[in-house]
Amino acid sequence: MSNEKQVDSGRRGLLVATCAAGGVAGLATTGVLVSTFQPSERAKAAGAPVEVDIAGLAPGEMRTVEWRGKPVWILKRTPEQVAALPKHDSELADPESQRTQFSTTPEYAMNEWSSRQKDILVLVGICPHLGCSPSSKFQAGPQPSLPDDWQGGFLCPCHGSTFDLAGRVYKNKPSPDNLQVPRHMFEGDTKLVIGKDEKGEA
Amino acid sequence: MTLLKKLIAAAVLLPGLVFASEGGFPLDRAPDHTKDMAALQNGARLFVNYCLSCHSAASMRYNKLKDLGLSEEQIKNNLLFTSDKVGDMMTVSMSVKDAKAWFGVAPPDLSVIARAKASEAGSGPDWLYTYLRTFYKDDTRPTGWNNLVFPNVGMPHVLWELQGVRTAKFEEVKNPHEEGKTEHTFVGFEQVTPGSMSTPEYDRAVADLVSFMNWMAEPAQATRKRIGVWVLLFLGLCIVLTWRLNASYWKDIK
Amino acid sequence: MAFHEKQLPADASIGDKALNWVDARFPLSATWKAHLSEYYAPKNFNFLYVFGSLALLVLVMQIVTGIFLVMHYKPDANLAFASVEYIMRDVPWGWLVRYMHSTGASAFFIVVYIHMLRGLLYGSYRKPRELVWLFGVGIFLCLMAEAFFGYLLPWGQMSYWGAQVIVNLFGAIPFIGPDLSLWIRGDYVVSDATLNRFFAFHVIAIPLVLIGLVVAHIVALHEVGSSNPDGVEIKNTVDERGVPLDGIPFHPYYSVHDIFVVSIFLLIFTAVVFFAPEMGGYFLEYNNFIPANPLKTPPHIAPVWYFTPFYSILRATTSDFMYWLEAGVAAYVALIILRTRLAGKYKIAAAVIGLAIILGMFVFDAKFWGVVLMGVSVMIMFALPWLDTSPVKSVRYRPGWHKYIYLVFGIAFIVLGYFGVQPPTPTGTAIAQFCTFLYFGFFLLMPWWSATGTFKPVPDRVVFHPH
Repeated sequence: MSNEKQVDSGRRGLLVATCAAGGVAGLATTGVLVSTFQPSERAKAAGAPVEVDIAGLAPGEMRTVEWRGKPVWILKRTPEQVAALPKHDSELADPESQRTQFSTTPEYAMNEWSSRQKDILVLVGICPHLGCSPSSKFQAGPQPSLPDDWQGGFLCPCHGSTFDLAGRVYKNKPSPDNLQVPRHMFEGDTKLVIGKDEKGEA
Repeated sequence: MTLLKKLIAAAVLLPGLVFASEGGFPLDRAPDHTKDMAALQNGARLFVNYCLSCHSAASMRYNKLKDLGLSEEQIKNNLLFTSDKVGDMMTVSMSVKDAKAWFGVAPPDLSVIARAKASEAGSGPDWLYTYLRTFYKDDTRPTGWNNLVFPNVGMPHVLWELQGVRTAKFEEVKNPHEEGKTEHTFVGFEQVTPGSMSTPEYDRAVADLVSFMNWMAEPAQATRKRIGVWVLLFLGLCIVLTWRLNASYWKDIK
Repeated sequence: MAFHEKQLPADASIGDKALNWVDARFPLSATWKAHLSEYYAPKNFNFLYVFGSLALLVLVMQIVTGIFLVMHYKPDANLAFASVEYIMRDVPWGWLVRYMHSTGASAFFIVVYIHMLRGLLYGSYRKPRELVWLFGVGIFLCLMAEAFFGYLLPWGQMSYWGAQVIVNLFGAIPFIGPDLSLWIRGDYVVSDATLNRFFAFHVIAIPLVLIGLVVAHIVALHEVGSSNPDGVEIKNTVDERGVPLDGIPFHPYYSVHDIFVVSIFLLIFTAVVFFAPEMGGYFLEYNNFIPANPLKTPPHIAPVWYFTPFYSILRATTSDFMYWLEAGVAAYVALIILRTRLAGKYKIAAAVIGLAIILGMFVFDAKFWGVVLMGVSVMIMFALPWLDTSPVKSVRYRPGWHKYIYLVFGIAFIVLGYFGVQPPTPTGTAIAQFCTFLYFGFFLLMPWWSATGTFKPVPDRVVFHPH
């Protein structure tokens, strides 16, 4: 063949172009199929923000609601409990919830109370270690698995992580982070919306 | 003409031998308003106001109405009738048992009704459009209403306030297919009391409602057609490339 | 044999070394050569030869789209219909995956029917390719089963009643019929139990069998080599290396050619998917948008279009038609006795079997024989390699009038299909009955007509016109 080089480059050009087109088609098809994995409208609707009426919540009372399949605790803290929070900051791993590696604490909870309002604490009741739900241990004083100077808070039964009454984890515990504060906002005096804040829906 | 061609021609003409007559009232062509957002929104409004009290549309999510250019607030304030969350489906509280007791048969779910009613007589929207415009007063029926497209239907004329009350006139016309027999044939309507809409207004409202049901039966249809154009253009390009690539190899084969 | 890994020069690339390592342990390059780069296919393939590759493409597409549908579909009688609408509306791009799967089902049959037509016209089933054909008919049977089981899954009115009717067909078998139907259904009527087992068949059991049969089909083909439109055996004329003179390596010539045809196929396929997925109610039937109602049968049930030729044969078998069938069997036995040169014992056997069948036709009713005829209309394809006694393989070298026989057969098949879709009428039934005779006549009389006439000389080398 006398025109080997010419044929080859023409053919090679077409090969490249065809492979590119095929690649685009393949990527598009893969993209379509993979996006069927994304949460469907049903999942997104089920994960919509939850409204809670907190009018009747008494000081010291905790209520649990479900949001996105997870338990969310709403605790109305007493003034004494609130006042006691800053005092044991030195015993905590991340007293002002500044860690952002795995945690997504909203800015309004990056404080010693882990909350927007000092009296209302909103936490996702799942231990950041491996996902168990900690038990409430609001009673102060010595108890099994708790230190003698226990001020009240939460104890995770699976591996022993302890959290204070702002959900902040104590040092040297299995959990790397404080209990997660979900995005939330107040609408009026008595309505708490979990899963939504000024920036929009979570 | 060769014998072969004659045989092919005969084969093509064979279907004419079969006289396929399904009967049924002839259907009007439903005007297509599915590209008119305002019309679709009007249709949605009519649907939730008139249809959802008895019929469900259990595959239709309220927040899908955002595709019609409505905001969540607008949906919540104007269209959210059977639920309180905009992410919920358009279900209805009437149970199947109650429905059967009250109407004789449970009102069917309307999510895909516009696709289900298609036939050789016309498209699904054609059926719905004609159906909703051919109710007439019939005191022999439990609901007091009858319908030309769906004789002895269990559904009352829900839109009667808009169309007004009409009776239907029938005549006995000689049956062209059978000697000595007559057919009970519809010849026209008679308006008894006027509705709040004139006939063109009513027809337009029904067209909006039917277009909405057409959209609701397959909300992805507009997207589908839009994307389809690009896919076909892309494949056209692929055909040209692969054709030339193929030719570049095959010219070597002698 | 002792393990041997080829030693490559020290400056060989990583890729070459890796390939060498694999090749010493797995026939990777050997398979590539045997089935692609050194598999020599005849150079004179025409358009009809592309449908095998297209069938493979559609199979892969159905499996992939099927996998993604199963992630969202619920095989429960109460949830199935709604789960399909969930896929259409709530799953991102779910509507596209669904339409690809529903269009793919019809596309599969169009492609497979044309693929079989090619086999018929060019004698692809003739020695030494009988096994390729047998595996192929097996694939066709599995495909019909796969489509039938899959069609129940959306749980619409057509799904439900189509399944009810077809399962009840098994009830026509004498003595064991009703129990058999009950066992297939798992319940007194088609129900959730039926849906779940059909789901298992459709999603895993038959696909596994299909894949196995497709592999066998291709291996059997490659073992003897592809035929071609001239019916010439290209392996009869080879060069000094053993390569057929009329052969070209499948890769790159046919791989590139197939990619070209695939583009055209995809254009037509996606045009349907994006602009006419219902195809006038033939690909997605209107009645199937109504949830299954065990208490109300739709006024007009018909199977999906690809089953209608065979369904037509079933419907054509009325009690009146039985007389014609009895006469046909008697005539065929007479033909065997008077017009063959078989040994006496075979003729006696034919007479005995014929008599038994005729007696059976008087004893058992038309419903049973309709099922039998429908079954035989498919199973008779297995016999094709042995029914064809023509001295030439391809229609190109047959007497000219053989072309009309194939045309009439094709028209009869299409006409049967057409009437299968229509509601039954006296005229339609009569035409279907006539076409049933044409259909069976084509096969059963083939031992005689295929050897009759003046045959043209078959060349030694293929007829090829350079592109």
